[in-house]
Amino acid sequence: MSLNGATCMGEAVSISVVINGEPVTREVKARQSLADFLREDMGLTGLHLGCEHGVCGACSVMVDGDVIRGCLCLAAQVDGKSVETIEGLSDRGVLEPLQAAFLRHNAAQCGFCTPGMLITGYDYLVREGDPERDGIRDYISGNFCRCTGYQAIVNAIEAVAKDARKAGEAR
Amino acid sequence: MMPVRGLGDSVTIGERVARPGLTRLLRGRGRYVGDIVLPRMLHLAFLRSPHAHAKILKIDGRAAQEAAGVRAVMTGADLKDHCLPLLGAAANRVGHKAPPQYPMAVDRVHWQGQPVVAIVAETRAMAEDALDLVEVEWDVLEPVVDPSVALEEGQASIHPELDDNLAYEHVINTGDPDRAFAGADCVIEGEFRFHRQAALTLEPRGIVADYDPGADRLTVYHSHQSPFQMQDVFAQHMRLPESSVRVVAPDVGGGFGMKINTYAEELAVAVISRIVKRPIKFCADRLESFSSDMHSRDHEVSAKIALTSDGRIEAMAVDDLSAIGAFGVHMRFNIAESMMLITNMGAPYSFQSYRARGRNVYVNKNIIGMFRGVGIPLSCAITEVLLDLAADRIGVDPVALRKMNYRKPESMPCVTPGGSKLANMRLEACLDRLVERMDYKALRAEQQRLRSQGIFRGIGIATYIEPVAYGPLYYGPTGASITSQDGCTLRLEPSGALRCVTSITDQGQGTLAALAQIISDEMRIPVGSIDMISGDSTISTYGGGAWASRGVMCGGEAAIKASRALKENILTLAAAVSQAQVDDLDLAASGVINKRTGLAVMSLSDVARIGYFRQDTLPSDLDVQLSVTKSHVVNNLTYYTTSGVQASYLEVDPRTGCIRLLGHWTVA
Repeated sequence: MSLNGATCMGEAVSISVVINGEPVTREVKARQSLADFLREDMGLTGLHLGCEHGVCGACSVMVDGDVIRGCLCLAAQVDGKSVETIEGLSDRGVLEPLQAAFLRHNAAQCGFCTPGMLITGYDYLVREGDPERDGIRDYISGNFCRCTGYQAIVNAIEAVAKDARKAGEAR
Repeated sequence: MMPVRGLGDSVTIGERVARPGLTRLLRGRGRYVGDIVLPRMLHLAFLRSPHAHAKILKIDGRAAQEAAGVRAVMTGADLKDHCLPLLGAAANRVGHKAPPQYPMAVDRVHWQGQPVVAIVAETRAMAEDALDLVEVEWDVLEPVVDPSVALEEGQASIHPELDDNLAYEHVINTGDPDRAFAGADCVIEGEFRFHRQAALTLEPRGIVADYDPGADRLTVYHSHQSPFQMQDVFAQHMRLPESSVRVVAPDVGGGFGMKINTYAEELAVAVISRIVKRPIKFCADRLESFSSDMHSRDHEVSAKIALTSDGRIEAMAVDDLSAIGAFGVHMRFNIAESMMLITNMGAPYSFQSYRARGRNVYVNKNIIGMFRGVGIPLSCAITEVLLDLAADRIGVDPVALRKMNYRKPESMPCVTPGGSKLANMRLEACLDRLVERMDYKALRAEQQRLRSQGIFRGIGIATYIEPVAYGPLYYGPTGASITSQDGCTLRLEPSGALRCVTSITDQGQGTLAALAQIISDEMRIPVGSIDMISGDSTISTYGGGAWASRGVMCGGEAAIKASRALKENILTLAAAVSQAQVDDLDLAASGVINKRTGLAVMSLSDVARIGYFRQDTLPSDLDVQLSVTKSHVVNNLTYYTTSGVQASYLEVDPRTGCIRLLGHWTVA
């Protein structure tokens, strides 16, 4: 898209958003993506930009509990919402079982896709929780990994789902 | 499955170990080049050529220069005199010619995607906006994209400074291939086409160059596999003392060989940082990565094989036409893929006569560079397909045909007709094991039975050899400043923890974890107590970084040497303190122990505290060394040979062509 120098800056929009539990009010450019806002303005570099057109899933974050792609969402769109990134979810501790499984199964290599993979995997466990490999593969199909071949990632998510099912049955 | 040992355990080689350092990446605390922000840092975007072949008549960057946030607009001509061009010809390959490649196109462009103008602005978005304001007048030329056309008589060279488009031709003639093919019972010929590939690391290439005019010093944060190679590149081409250049590879989001190449546009970023005297960040976006990350493959190959009627291979021949793109590759030489292909053709098999020709041709396409495998997957595919066709023609089982022709262990070490040096291969044993594991006979019977029902299944067998851990004989004679030596510095901390600085780099392979495991095995220290540091050209030994599957073999040997030396020093110090004989002491999980009694003598922390803070209590002639550095190089071999056999069982849907993999086996 071609924009000339006068309009390229776009209009500034004021947003109020809760980021990893902290309320934040900022001026953002109307055209600024949520991913750029989080990485550049908030210093939350745990989400990564692999394609910037919604294909690779490396920029996945949670907005009001839904996984979304930071590159396809404008910062202005999260006004009044709650955003959680890999940093916040990690610090809150909710990813611990999955992170431990990723470590045990060596489900990460270069680590670039990993935050997005963990957030999507966590979302799967919260919403589906079914330890079926086909279901896991389908759910993470929007997150690209170029290193692992996915096998170890599916193993890790499956292991947590199985543990959760066992714990559920024990209750 | 073996349990995974935790970071608090000391481990032995062969155990499964949780990867130290991984928890950082799992919590989003990685630090990739794109995450790095320096004070006064500017951002760079390239205007890339929309044409594969054109002359640049005029560039008007005035409007871009006036655009919001823009600090500099630079053309290739602006940079030309600020650095030396990259040259991609190997000194030991007679006749190899490569045109000089300046940081950006100077007066003509040679592929669609080649940088023409760089815009430096306060933000990447502002730099990208200004790209649209640059006016370029082009004289569009006919692109030369077909390597056969590029070599035609009378075809002009795409580089006016070269006579023709042939970068390098290599011919091999061993034995008497003419006679072997003329007299053979069976000759099978095949044409093979290998399309271009993109390595596609999930993290695109990225660089932050920070030239400090006060110190005349360049610091570069680079998503690259070898910071040492790049230290050399920046120092030589920007005419800086090498001691003034530091290259740091932080976390790297995948390399796959693609990030071992030398990119002119990355040199441009450093040169521009020097001109504008501010740090500059360039991170390729995905579209740029498709058009400017070096590609791989792109070969047209004719090959043939001659056999006796009972299936013995007598000769092979191959003619490889390799379209290497617009330029040679500085230091890594993109003739490597063709050279690997023709030297490794048929390598697992015993035959006498061989003819090969590899022609490397400049065309108006993105440059071909390194990518995992480098030519060998191609020679494997060609050889194995020819063998399957031959088995079918002669009426011999494909497994039997391979077994009959494998090089025998007793013939090792040997040099193949292609010139590949092999050692320690036991292919027959691998194949026997493979056939047993996959139950080959049962699968063949099933395949036959289902064929009559209209179900099409296939069994593929492939034998591979792969040279790994290259020694100095590979790059040394080319003149490239690429060392095959790697090193390890180990430092005992006062607490008894260890710091390891290695010249090996890790883009997710887990090499650093393997090195920590090796050190843990030698020193009996938990992997979690060993801090692994790598990726900085200035703090480790000079080394190679990550290339050619050599991280654990070279870096691991250095780690063993350093561990043993440090252990010796620790035991010597402990012996002096405890008035024991060094030979009676050893390291265990509890620290220094008496080997004979098994009793603890002193903890590592006690050793370190005395070694650092109470040297006054030690004999004055005791030379306390609690940091040691060792290097390793494979200098007695060109490389190590790895080999194995793999099999696939799959089903093809004849209506759609869709393939379903039913099973895959591998024995190495």
